[in-house]
Amino acid sequence: MLKSCVINLKHILYRLFSGMGMSLVPGLAFAEYGLNFQRPVTAIAHELLWLHNAILIICVAILVIVFSFMFYAIIMHRKGRGHQAAKFHDNTTLEIVWTVIPFVILVVMAVPSTATLLKMDDTSNPDMTVQIVGYQWKWKYEYPEQDLSFFSALTTPREQIENQADKGENYLLEVDNPMVLPVGKKIRFVLTANDVLHAWWVPQLGVKKDAIPGYINEMWTQIDEPGTYRGQCAELCGKDHGFMPIVVEAVSEEEFAKWASVQKAKMVAAETRAAKTWSRDELMERGEQIYKQACVACHGATGAGIPGVFPAITGSKISTGPVAAHLDIVLNGKAGTAMQAFKGQLNDADLAAVVTYERNALGNKKGDLVQPAEVKALR
Amino acid sequence: MATAAAHHEEHPGGLTRWLFTTNHKDIGTLYLWFAFIMFFVGGAMAMVIRAELFQPGMQMVEPHFFNQMTTVHALVMIFGGVMPAFVGLANWQIPMMIGAPDMALPRMNNWSFWLLPPAATLLIMSLFMPGGGPAAGWTIYPPLSTQGGMGMDFAILTIHMLGFSSILGSMNIIATILNMRAPGMTLMKMPLFVWTWLITAFLLLAAIPVLAGAVTMLLTDRHFGTSFFDAAGGGDPVMFQHVFWFFGHPEVYILVLPAFGVFSQIIPTFARKPLFGYSSMVFATATIAFLSFIVWAHHMYTVGMPMAGELFFMYSTMLIAVPTGVKVFNWIATMWRGSMTFETPMLYAIAGVFLFTIGGLSGLMLAITPADFQYHDTYFVVAHFHYVIFAGSVLALMGAAYFWLPKWTGHMYNERLGKLHFWLTTISFNVTFFPQHFLGLAGMPRRIPDYALQFTEFNQISSIGAFVLGLSQLLFLYIVVQTIKGGKQATDRVWEGAEGLEWTVPSPAPYHTFATAPQVK
Repeated sequence: MLKSCVINLKHILYRLFSGMGMSLVPGLAFAEYGLNFQRPVTAIAHELLWLHNAILIICVAILVIVFSFMFYAIIMHRKGRGHQAAKFHDNTTLEIVWTVIPFVILVVMAVPSTATLLKMDDTSNPDMTVQIVGYQWKWKYEYPEQDLSFFSALTTPREQIENQADKGENYLLEVDNPMVLPVGKKIRFVLTANDVLHAWWVPQLGVKKDAIPGYINEMWTQIDEPGTYRGQCAELCGKDHGFMPIVVEAVSEEEFAKWASVQKAKMVAAETRAAKTWSRDELMERGEQIYKQACVACHGATGAGIPGVFPAITGSKISTGPVAAHLDIVLNGKAGTAMQAFKGQLNDADLAAVVTYERNALGNKKGDLVQPAEVKALR
Repeated sequence: MATAAAHHEEHPGGLTRWLFTTNHKDIGTLYLWFAFIMFFVGGAMAMVIRAELFQPGMQMVEPHFFNQMTTVHALVMIFGGVMPAFVGLANWQIPMMIGAPDMALPRMNNWSFWLLPPAATLLIMSLFMPGGGPAAGWTIYPPLSTQGGMGMDFAILTIHMLGFSSILGSMNIIATILNMRAPGMTLMKMPLFVWTWLITAFLLLAAIPVLAGAVTMLLTDRHFGTSFFDAAGGGDPVMFQHVFWFFGHPEVYILVLPAFGVFSQIIPTFARKPLFGYSSMVFATATIAFLSFIVWAHHMYTVGMPMAGELFFMYSTMLIAVPTGVKVFNWIATMWRGSMTFETPMLYAIAGVFLFTIGGLSGLMLAITPADFQYHDTYFVVAHFHYVIFAGSVLALMGAAYFWLPKWTGHMYNERLGKLHFWLTTISFNVTFFPQHFLGLAGMPRRIPDYALQFTEFNQISSIGAFVLGLSQLLFLYIVVQTIKGGKQATDRVWEGAEGLEWTVPSPAPYHTFATAPQVK
């Protein structure tokens, strides 16, 4: 315990002091110490870092110059040194000067800002489009040109979050299905949300925009170098807002094409699998997986929910009532609540499995099975 | 003293004195104590937040409860702490500063205050309802705020009651200032604290009803089947943000303009030199107030506005730096070639001006739209608004308390303890919030209960600072109580450089002052 404290302290001091030294050369070494923006990998992110550094330097310079007067006065013009108070209390020339100078500085700052903003806004002529849809609490990525669509959710195990296991290197910043993008291509993102507001942000790409239900927002990026870039949802979206990361993997064009075809094959295979008749054990096993992935965030590991916010599964009217009503709420969701329509998120087999699981586990013993064909009939 | 004692016998004692009082000093005291209690309530919530964020992983609370803490902390601090505290100062000081016997509408004054305790009770009660308190952030953006339990309804009702109180309070302040000034006190002779409050009161009158409208629409969306903000029903979730921030940005100046007034009273007193550029201070305040109504969407750069909107709000927001700069320059020019001493109120004013300017400059950075795409909704924003609201408003409030306590109680506070409280507060404030700039720049979003490992060290520093900052305020409570109970007798003038009508009445100020209006030269 003590040892880890000491190591931590050393680390803190190291970061602090190395940071101070580096502050003389902004933009060069900041990123490594977590004191400034993460290392940019797009032209826009580079520009943003430059702009940020420039205005930061201007602001620090203003602060130092202005307050050196104040601190000079505090040291020199004190009663303790016998300083007599002067009588002046007005000077129109001075007032005009210190109104005009800041105005000029602002204009100087506004010019490059406007230029960068115009560049960021230009989503014309993209090489490729990816649609991003925010869900509580995961992302859906759709590639219309590649005919691909999948969800991307946190994979950090609960044990790590609850401090029962050591935290991995990418704690809270790892997902099951990253967004894969080709480097060197202009990619247009189209954003919207399914339930509440979200915001899609990857600092190293220099892109952030809100995903809003009923709105379609646009932004673009062009990644210079292959790599894995991580970000998070940046707009409060409810309980697990802190647990819906973003991972972008930038790869070469060939690798991207390969990835797209593999991904497509996986989707087809899953659909075929879904069509067959499932055994009880298969349904329960798959159902548990789906429950942990899609339902646990609100309804809880034991199915107890959170009273007043998220209803319980255990003993609830729906999970102990008719199958049709149960399927209806899972398929179509419940308006005005966090209960989403899962028909667009899960295939027939997964839906059948999770409903079967909810009726026969988490304290429920209904005994009935739901087959994918029944789900299909209700779509 | 003798007159004060005689007057004290005229009013009822015990609880009824405080329930039925129409005296501006009593009501001021009630406001100030109410705000003080709310600071501790909101502060306790901040301690929960910082304790959870001390380490990565979930240790103390559930994410849903964490969201309730961030939400209610902000609501309590803004609506229960800072705003009532400034109204308390206004109640105590404005009549004494303009030579009026009381506020213009004393019965309404009583009502404005007594709306607050039930409102605060509602808000705190919401935490114990099924589903807990509001958890959608203090901005209560729909659709998130249309989800969830009845805690949100409690919060909406609270906002209505607090808003009502603020509107009544502002009407009273405006009526008092415009009608009850002593003969000879023209508007341009008023102390700057009175001026800033006059302008703030107009801001409140214009902004609060807008918020009331927004939360009412939210309430009907939640319960009566309307779809103002529900895209599925033809509504518009972004409209709420526009309406909210049309209130929200003036609100920032509602919190900070009276603080500017306090700085403008304290600094000349301890510099022993008149305030530099009085009329430019008044015009700068009015300009800030005007600009505050045309910059609201700078809180919404990432919602996807048209380019013309993004540019307009960027330029107009940057413009605010000009009048704000004028104020800072004037304060420094007031200190320049003065004969300064550094009693506790002066320390608070100097630190307030300096640290507020850091927050102002980070605000200028946030105004730059493209850069804001990286800053928005990160800890950089959290650091920014704490530098503005804590260093601007709260340090001003503390300075004001030390500045006027001798006038209110008739006793000098303990200067050594006051200075100790000052240093503890300002140092721990910076330890808490300065590292949050780095966290935000490095990519930590705000309002998250758990974070990636690279953010650990700065979060730990910040949490340690926060614990010290929280505990230091117990010392403040002790100093205030000690000063009320006794201490060195304060002179009428209290401070050597004090100027203004409030310093011509005895210390403690008698229950009724200026029954006959003074002549102002």
